[in-house]
Amino acid sequence: MVHRFAAFSRREAFLAKWVRNFLLRRLLQSVVLLLVVVTAIFFLIHLTPGGPEAALANNPRTSPEEIARLRERFGLTDPLPVQYLRWLTNAAHLDFGRSYFYSRPAIEVVTERLGPTVQLGVMSYIVALLGVPLGLLAAMNRGKLGDGLIRLLTTLGHAMPTWWFGLTLIVVLNSLIGWFPNGQGSGGPWQWFIYIIFPAMVLGLAALVTFTRFVRSEVLEVLNQDYVRTAHAKGLPMPFVTTAHVMRNALLPVVTLLGYVLPTVLSGALITEYVFAWPGIGRLFYEAAVARDYPILLAILTMTTMATIIGTLIADVAYGVVDPRVRYA
Amino acid sequence: MAQGSLVAPSPSAAFEAEQQPARRTTSRGFWSSAWRRFRRDRVSLIALGVLLLIVIVSAAAPLIAGHILHTDPAQFMRTPAGRIATLQPPSTAFPLGTDDVGRDVLTRLLYAGQVSLAVGFLVAMVSLGIGAPMGLMAGYFGGWVDDLINAVVQFMINIPALFVLIVLSIFLTPNVVQLALIFGLFFWPGTARQVRGVVLSARNRDYVDAARVMGAGNRRIMVRHILPNVASVAIVVAGLDMAAAILAESSLSFLGFGVPVPLASWGNMLSVSQEMFRSAPWLVYPPGGMIFITVLCVFLVSDGLRDALDPQLAR
Repeated sequence: MVHRFAAFSRREAFLAKWVRNFLLRRLLQSVVLLLVVVTAIFFLIHLTPGGPEAALANNPRTSPEEIARLRERFGLTDPLPVQYLRWLTNAAHLDFGRSYFYSRPAIEVVTERLGPTVQLGVMSYIVALLGVPLGLLAAMNRGKLGDGLIRLLTTLGHAMPTWWFGLTLIVVLNSLIGWFPNGQGSGGPWQWFIYIIFPAMVLGLAALVTFTRFVRSEVLEVLNQDYVRTAHAKGLPMPFVTTAHVMRNALLPVVTLLGYVLPTVLSGALITEYVFAWPGIGRLFYEAAVARDYPILLAILTMTTMATIIGTLIADVAYGVVDPRVRYA
Repeated sequence: MAQGSLVAPSPSAAFEAEQQPARRTTSRGFWSSAWRRFRRDRVSLIALGVLLLIVIVSAAAPLIAGHILHTDPAQFMRTPAGRIATLQPPSTAFPLGTDDVGRDVLTRLLYAGQVSLAVGFLVAMVSLGIGAPMGLMAGYFGGWVDDLINAVVQFMINIPALFVLIVLSIFLTPNVVQLALIFGLFFWPGTARQVRGVVLSARNRDYVDAARVMGAGNRRIMVRHILPNVASVAIVVAGLDMAAAILAESSLSFLGFGVPVPLASWGNMLSVSQEMFRSAPWLVYPPGGMIFITVLCVFLVSDGLRDALDPQLAR
């Protein structure tokens, strides 16, 4: 008993040490990455001819005096390194400056739009998770009609441009029932649901394809393992082998995928929100890009970079925790 | 039981081995046998045919537009009454209709194909041009070179590409070639990863050791012994990159930050307000459909190539 406990805690200690070292290294990498991306974008904005106020200057109605006043107000008259350091220290406190367009703190505008994007993202993950049973179904019927159909659908889904799927859905819905989801539904839960489900389908498609393919190949690999053959050989009933041996081993790595597809979901959200006029940060980013509203652009860029980093980080840690072989590599 | 393989081949195997040279006088090379395998795959072959057709038709866009349709991609079409024909539904005069400013959709679709395909191809080439040497070096040398390249790859993968691409597009206002170069910068890490994996497994083969024992230098081993292993993977990855690049370009162009506007690409043909599509649904299907078919064909051809080039994988 004592002996077993000792072995157990040793393993735990090893795992904890691995997670700590790994996290520490990746955290360092992440900080560097964030700094480089944000710095590059900052200088790109400020070194281009015209600078951040180019959009204002293009407007014939703004007089030179007014531009000078605005430059003063947004702190654009200081030397570039000063602006950069000020921007960086402020950004560390999540203060990205005032939006040129909304004349309010950028972070305030962005957080207001965060809710709808999170809703859409969670919903699209639910759609994407349908890929798990699909992949399982395909693998269990390998080479048969069901497998062929599912593989055909994933191939088609993979080749479908996200934005075009959305547009086609809108046009088809409009011609069929004279209605299509535009913006976020207000009112009861049903209203909310019918407005979110179509964008969520469009956004979730790419991840759904990824999940289906991943689960299919995972299950096929597990089905070839000796312990599955042993389970069959000793006469265990098929459903038991499927749930206790195949699914347990094949589906665990799926957890890691949740993090890996986050960048895809974020990029997809930008397009989907644009197509469906969904009031999230993707749409806000598009609007800010058109209006050249740099504080907003930088705020969203910083946040999405952070989200991407955290997503892959969680995925990598989960992968090491789930599959011990990764830790030794 | 395992010793069975060490025993001399069975009489029938020896007989076959003797018979073989007599049956086939010239040995088939790697590429010709790969082509034979590819040809057997009906789906890939059809996909290749469709893809070639799309390429040829796009390349011949000026001929088709000039001699058959008598149109120009920048020309505003007119109705018989002499007015500018905006938002005309498909008819015999305009097979796919006209857009909101009166340009012929079919003509623009043909010209757009040139741009979209060229961008896809260029991105794949840039990705291969940077990614393959990087992966080769990382996998072959290992150590700090591997760590460095891995760090850069890890770094690039963590960048939210579409967001950064939009910002880059605002400030650099790239033309088509520059756009492809920028895309390539975001695509090569994937290629490098794949190539590195192949190199890692090829590096420790016996023939590499043999070459080294015979005095071959690093460069010779890399080019003569490892590169041929990489070639098949590189071709497949380039195909997948091309498909992904066509999709990415269409997304960016659709948002209005990709291929600059007077020039048509399959993505930017639809970068107008969605309100319009309620009254003109015919505008929606052709460009997206072309992307869909093209990307699908590139995927299928790449899949077929993978199976054909890697006999061990073939099931």
